[in-house]
Amino acid sequence: MIEGKALITGVGISDCGRRLGRDPWSLTAQAALAAIADAGLTPAEIDGVSTYPGALASTPGMSGAGADDMRSLLGLNLRWYNGASELPGQLGAIVTAMAAIGAGLANHVLCFRTVWESSAQTQIGSRSETMRSGVQRERSQWIDPIGASHSTYGGLTMQRYMYESGTTREQIGQIAVVARANAALNPAAVYRDPMSLDDYLASRMISDPLCLYDCDVPMDGSVAFIVSRADLVNDAKRGINIAAIGSAPGFDEAAAMMWSRTDLKPADVDMAQLYDGFSVLTLRWMEALGLCPRNEGGRFIEGGHRIARDGELPLNTNGGQLSGGRMHGFGALHEACVQLRGEAGERQVPKRPQVTAVSSGAEAFTSCLLLTL
Amino acid sequence: MSDMQRVAPPLTTRTADFWRSGADGVLRIAHCRACNFYMHPPQPLCRRCHSTDVGFDPVSGKGTVHSFTINRYQWKPGMPPPYVIADVELEEQAGLFVQTNIVGVAVEDVAIGMKVAVEFEQAEEAFIPVFRP
Repeated sequence: MIEGKALITGVGISDCGRRLGRDPWSLTAQAALAAIADAGLTPAEIDGVSTYPGALASTPGMSGAGADDMRSLLGLNLRWYNGASELPGQLGAIVTAMAAIGAGLANHVLCFRTVWESSAQTQIGSRSETMRSGVQRERSQWIDPIGASHSTYGGLTMQRYMYESGTTREQIGQIAVVARANAALNPAAVYRDPMSLDDYLASRMISDPLCLYDCDVPMDGSVAFIVSRADLVNDAKRGINIAAIGSAPGFDEAAAMMWSRTDLKPADVDMAQLYDGFSVLTLRWMEALGLCPRNEGGRFIEGGHRIARDGELPLNTNGGQLSGGRMHGFGALHEACVQLRGEAGERQVPKRPQVTAVSSGAEAFTSCLLLTL
Repeated sequence: MSDMQRVAPPLTTRTADFWRSGADGVLRIAHCRACNFYMHPPQPLCRRCHSTDVGFDPVSGKGTVHSFTINRYQWKPGMPPPYVIADVELEEQAGLFVQTNIVGVAVEDVAIGMKVAVEFEQAEEAFIPVFRP
């Protein structure tokens, strides 16, 4: 087991926002240096780097910096690094860092995710237009001739989910409404104005039944973590334990793997930071992780009380990607760590969480983590 | 949808026979002749029995709407919204899906479970399979 051999000892986040116009390397360095300092380390002690998706074979805006870019930029002396897009979800970069530590390849791994899609879209062109070369043509041939997009996936998934479970738009809308209420308490969130369920229902359709507020918000920013070898940590009181990992392809498969590696149970989870690239994906994750019964996600979140900050299962407490902004799973992990430490300020959940589930990705591109103090 | 100016797919080794299939009005799907298993998108090896005796064979072209979405945003210059994108489950095999457009019906009249049949729209050398109730 690699769990127990590595702790998250440092967290860092850069300035985040719409079209910052900042060099993505500077955003990454800002987050990385903050995480290193938070861990009580110096850059000279960092001997590993792990990132998603890496600088190569990636679309502009989806990768602000690669692993080797950070080696060069910060002058790191590395023994191990990894920057790859074909991983079990974005959080796969954390899982590989844990595996490297478990294998003795590194002691302190800098893990990061940088996005600058918001700026790249204005400088270079839209994501769909930048995905049309090389290996991407293999996949885009199934998308381009029928005029499909990423939101098509969200619409098809949401329609089928609603059909199978009897879930309504009014129920799914609570994912977005609660996220917005949480974002109001997060100074770094993109959208902080109040939003009601009526606002959600009235927002324009993108790909029926997927509306604007079901979609996450592209932005610029970087999040970094330090994953350290547990037996090298002298001051472990701020270290976050990764009690179990799930890295199998598929919501259910990743969740089953995670629960097979711990004695903890879904009922022990007292906070969830779950992937919300589209709001329906959060419900898929809740059900896969056993946080509510299968096909009951809509009824579980109805009214929004259970998933509010003072509810039984606070959800996406920084506003998630829907209102906070898209940090591709790394924002969720950052929020989980801050809340577990009790350092979330105004948005700290009233009953300090002890066990938190975090997830990223969808379909066959999935990973989840169970964090404890 | 007949006035749609569609982006033509690349005709690759793996997929050219699929995209050209509609020239005679027949939908052909990658098919394992060893164990009678269909695969879409096509692959050159059967994922069930691992036989390489895989080719493009005719199917009925009939299926059922598994899920659908009304696209409201203009992603392609030649494709003005709204139009319907759907996962159609072909009648030959449970779980055999083609992602496609539903044509010949008002977008608000499409429903999960609707029976549909294939037809083709040409884009350069390719024949794009679309489905009509």
